[in-house]
Order: sequence, then C-alpha cells, then structure tokens
Amino acid sequence: MSILIHKDTTVIIQGITGREAVNMTREGLSYGTKIVGGVTPGRAGRDVYGVPVHDCVRDITKRMRVDGSIVTVPAAFTRDAVFEAIENGIKLVVVVTERIPRGEVAQMVELAKLRGARIIGPNCLGILSPDEAKMGGLGGRAEDAKKAFRKGPIGVMSRSGGMTTEICNTLTAAGLGQSTAVSIGGDAIIGSTYAELMPLFEADPETKAIAIYSEPGGRMEAELAEWVKENRSRLPIVAFMAGRFMDEMPGMRFGHAGTIVEGKADTTADKIERMRAAGIAVAERIEEIPALLEAQMRKRGIH
Amino acid sequence: MRFYEYESKALFARHGLPLGKRALARTADDARRAAAEIGGPVVLKSQVLSGGRMKAGAVKFADDPAQAAAHFDAILPIVVNGQKSCGVLVEEKSPIAQEYYVGVTWDGRRKLPVVIFSDMGGIDIEEVAEKHPDHVSKTHVSTLLPFTPRVAKEAIAATGVTGNDLTRLTPIVAKLVEIFFQYDLTLAEINPLAKLADGRFIVLDGHVDLEGDAREKHKKLLDELGIKPEETRQARPPTDFEIRGAQVDASDHRGVAGNVVEFDGNLGLVIGAGGGSLTLFDAVRKHGGRPANYCEIGGNPSVKKACALTKLVLSKPGVEKIAVMMNVVSNTRVDIVARGVVKGCVESGRDPAKTIAIFRIPGSWEADGFKILEKYGVEFCDRSVSMYEAAGRAVAKMGK
Repeated sequence: MSILIHKDTTVIIQGITGREAVNMTREGLSYGTKIVGGVTPGRAGRDVYGVPVHDCVRDITKRMRVDGSIVTVPAAFTRDAVFEAIENGIKLVVVVTERIPRGEVAQMVELAKLRGARIIGPNCLGILSPDEAKMGGLGGRAEDAKKAFRKGPIGVMSRSGGMTTEICNTLTAAGLGQSTAVSIGGDAIIGSTYAELMPLFEADPETKAIAIYSEPGGRMEAELAEWVKENRSRLPIVAFMAGRFMDEMPGMRFGHAGTIVEGKADTTADKIERMRAAGIAVAERIEEIPALLEAQMRKRGIH
Repeated sequence: MRFYEYESKALFARHGLPLGKRALARTADDARRAAAEIGGPVVLKSQVLSGGRMKAGAVKFADDPAQAAAHFDAILPIVVNGQKSCGVLVEEKSPIAQEYYVGVTWDGRRKLPVVIFSDMGGIDIEEVAEKHPDHVSKTHVSTLLPFTPRVAKEAIAATGVTGNDLTRLTPIVAKLVEIFFQYDLTLAEINPLAKLADGRFIVLDGHVDLEGDAREKHKKLLDELGIKPEETRQARPPTDFEIRGAQVDASDHRGVAGNVVEFDGNLGLVIGAGGGSLTLFDAVRKHGGRPANYCEIGGNPSVKKACALTKLVLSKPGVEKIAVMMNVVSNTRVDIVARGVVKGCVESGRDPAKTIAIFRIPGSWEADGFKILEKYGVEFCDRSVSMYEAAGRAVAKMGK
C-alpha cells in the first residue's frame, strides 16, 4: 500500500501547457500516473501528450472522478487555481509553485480545511508512491525515478524536494524501499506538516518506519515530536537535520523560504534535542539513515 | 524584510495610526533643526535593523536643540548587534501613563495570523508571556473571513482592559491587523503603544517585517519609502560578492544560480539545491574544510548562469579550488551544470582538472555530464558516493 496516491488515483494538472508542466505530464504518464486532464484558460481543445486541455477544472470534474490536482501556475495565479480545484471537489492538491506570499498560502490552507481537502506544498516537488504513481516533478524523468525509488516499507517526508530523492536513493541502495515519499515543501507555512501526515502512514499497514529530512526554522519538528509522544506511534522515525551551521548565524536566510534562525526554537540543536527526547533517532549523515532505521525496527521487533 | 523604525512609522502614519511629531536626521544639523521645530524635550533614536538599542546606548533624551545635535554625534557610530545606523529619529518626548504591547505575526502551527496583546508593554514580550501569562492574549485571525474589529476588541479585553481604554485601543489594534494583511507583513509590532497622561494613545516604537516573496507585489510602497531592491535587510548588510551573486542570478530567468553568502575560506562551493546546499555546507565543515562561500544552484539553470556563478566564486581572493556538488537531481540537468562550470574555469584562465576538486551531481542526464568531465580530466563521482564522502574528497585536496 501507499498513502495519498496509488496506481488508480486520477490526476489533473493545472497550468499543463507551461514548459515544466509539459515535462511533468510526459514523465508522469511514463511512470504510470493516470493523468486524465489538464487546465490552461483559453487553451481548451489542445492536448499535451494525449492529455486533453480544458479551460476550467469543472469541465473535467463534471465528467469524471478526479482525485488530485497538481498546481503549477505562476505564483500570482496560484491561489486562484488552488481555490478552483478545491471548490470543484478535488481533495488532494499538490502545489509546486514557489514564492507565494504566506498570507495567500494560509487562505488556501484555511479553505482546504473547510472543505475537507488536503494541500501538499507549496514550494515542493510532490508525491511519489513507487511502482504506483507520482504527482509532481519528484524523481525527475520516469527512468531516473525508477533508479532512485523502490517499493518498500519506509515512509519519507522532506522539507527539501532534492533531498527527498537523495534519501530515497540511499534507502533503495541499502535495500530499503519506500511506501510513499512526500516532498512537503520548504515554506514557513505549508499545507501538510510531518505531524499532519503521520496518521496516514500510521494507518498504512505496509509502512514500517519513517525517514524525514529537516532544517532550521519553524516548529514542525517540535510538532512531530509532540505528536509521536501523544499518539504512542508504532512507527520508528529517523531524522536527518541539515543546516547545523545556521545555529551560529541568526537572522540569515539560507536554502528555503522557511529556513531561518530567529529564536532558540528555530535552531537545529533545539530541534534535535526535542526529537531525541521523543525517541526519534537523528542521523549525522544521510548514509547512516538505513542502518539507524534497521536498528530501530529491530529494537521494536518490526520485520 | 525588516523596516527601520522611521519607515515603519511612515507606513503607520499613512493609515492614520497616532504618532508623535518626528523627523529623520542624517546629520547633527538635521537633528538640531528637528528638535527646534518639534519644540521641547525630544528623544533621539538610532535607526538600526535590530532590537536592543536602549541597552546599547543608542537612545538618548535631549532638552534642547544643542543637546540633540551632541547626542546625534554620540549615538550615530554605535553598532547594535552588528547593525550600523542609517540615521537618527528625532521625536517629541511624551508623558506616559502606561505602556501596552501589540503585535501581529504568523502562527506557523495554526497556519493563521495571531494578534498578541499585552497591558505590560515596553519590555520583551516573550518574557512577559512567561512570567505573566494572564497579561498576554493570543487571538487568531481568519484569512478568509473579512476582518472586522471584534477580533481586536477580544484580544484587548482578554487581558482585562475595559472602559474608555478598550474603546480607544480597539481601532488602533484593528488598524494594525489591516496593515498586516494589506502589505503581506510577517510581523507588525507596536511596542510600546503608550497611553499618555491625557488618556490618548500613541505609537512610541514599532516595526514591521515584509515577506521577502511579496517585495515585487508591494514595489510601489517600497519605492515610496525609498527602500532599494538591492537592500537585503538581513542580519548583516550584503557584501560586494553577495551583490554580484544576486546580479548573476537575476541575469537570466532560467533556474537558480545565486543566493551566495560570503565566508572567508579557501574552498569555493558551487552547490545545490536548497536542502542539498545546507547538507553539503555542513559536510564540508565537518571534514574541517573552510568554505569560501555558500550558494545554491537548482531549477535547471542555463550554461551561461552556471558559468557566471563559477567565475564569480573563482574571482574571490583566496579561492584555491571549487567543489561542485548537489543531491541527486531531478530537473536540473547534470550535463548543463558540467558544461557551465568547466566553461567558467576556462574563462577564468584556470585548468578545470586542477580547479574542480570534485564534481558530485548524479541524476538526470548524468551520462552526458560525466562525458564532458572526463574530457577535461575533472574528478567526478556518481550516486554511489555520498554527499558527505564527496565533500571529504574535496577537503582532502586542499592545503592546510
């Protein structure tokens, strides 16, 4: 099994005629994703690799079931596109676009909550369930994605799109496949945090352990640590913490929009301490993750 | 992106928040003239992008214009938490009865703006929240419902404030929330918001932070306030190297090759992407390496851009070699980056084989990329070599 997406998930792409979206369509189809339509206003009647283009989301949703949408339109139009997806009943929206002011992100998130929809991103590479489907650019070309990702027991969540692939590639090389990998996005406010995705992995019988990539800034790691303690999670977690040098450089922004040390709770030292106190193992290097996962699983008698 | 106090107050003034008479002084003469025009005692406050001015001695009171001029000279050179002063705000001194705090910011966990109000203003709000929790209220605001003042009223009343104070404070707090929304701020803060002896309220000090990603959207405001596009307003001002890095990135819309931060080591870094750069920078330091810079490449930059970034890094005095490293890439093409960095070395008059300590970018189009590197004799590795190990190989090639 997987979480969020599987081989029967029907997906549309908003902004499908854009340069990156065209590649995403080709590689998504080639990976086996059911991309059933695309939207670019004024371009109805065309097609992208055989996927029909429409003016409005409702032109697709009135004819068929649409499970998810990938939104890859310029930042100035993203809120509008996400609202359109949600108001037409789509329950999973992956927002690839970056540089959206957080006030607009908060509006998308608030509407999604009201309508029972879920947002992944923004500023993310999407979701990939190995051998099932992928939503977004995660893993790149289908042939490259097949090299880095393999089906298996590890759920992966990462604030960095590129590091999602790096970690999955390391896991795959060590013989640990993935149930689903989620690039959750690098912004200060995102649709789904680690703690908000944990219940999905928790409910997925195929997922046996979790690997996460984290960074300075925000309270997401603290939130995860609390969640794990409060819910007595069955899943062992191994975290990798990047940007340790930033602890010495408060007020400087590196990497993603959400990555800045402003207060003590933003530092990697504070996050590592909180996670360790909750029983989350913290890896010093990416290549340590597989062994730490196996050790944690052994300790809990998980096979 | 932080505003100076005088800029924040200019923004507040446009929206009718109550402020004292004030003027920005760039010279001692300005300060003298401002004090004379205001008349009576004034306060002089150094304009820096940091808190802690009072402790640093960068705030002084003057009774007359001559004293104001003397204080100007005394406080202008003071560096506060690494930040230099851009001038001194001269403001009328008001008789204060009580100080309040009001701030609007984002609650990342609730994903909503939160209004923080306290009837114990003037000091560090975190400290008040810890020691006197019943004097601090936190009230979340919907981003979808139209904003109405009742949220402000509830925030204030929650600390026990009532009577005329409540009705006078409500429109001020409500206005601050409106400003927060209108300009995509990440922080709008008045501390202290003072009640004067005659019962009126006035903004004594305040500052705002504008979301970096909303700069373009609010270009008109920034232009009017005189904030230039190249002002980063980070913890320290940008160096020439960093300004040139931003120019490289802006020169071509394809991909990212910028966000350079200058350090003083001998190993130049051409690394990416967002998370990969953080991971690699840590790895270089862990191996005892001395990075000359931080940077980010990603989003499939053009050959031209990768080349320009390489040349920039190599132009920095003391850079002996560069390490070109990324995580397994999805949309950035390995061959394009390879071509760009090799070209950058050649155009800098350097031999790529000797200059590039290691090239570790696996992923899309890697076979084509590795062919180029082979031709120029550059040491490269594929995904079987970890980011940490690649960083170690680069550091090992550096002189001690």
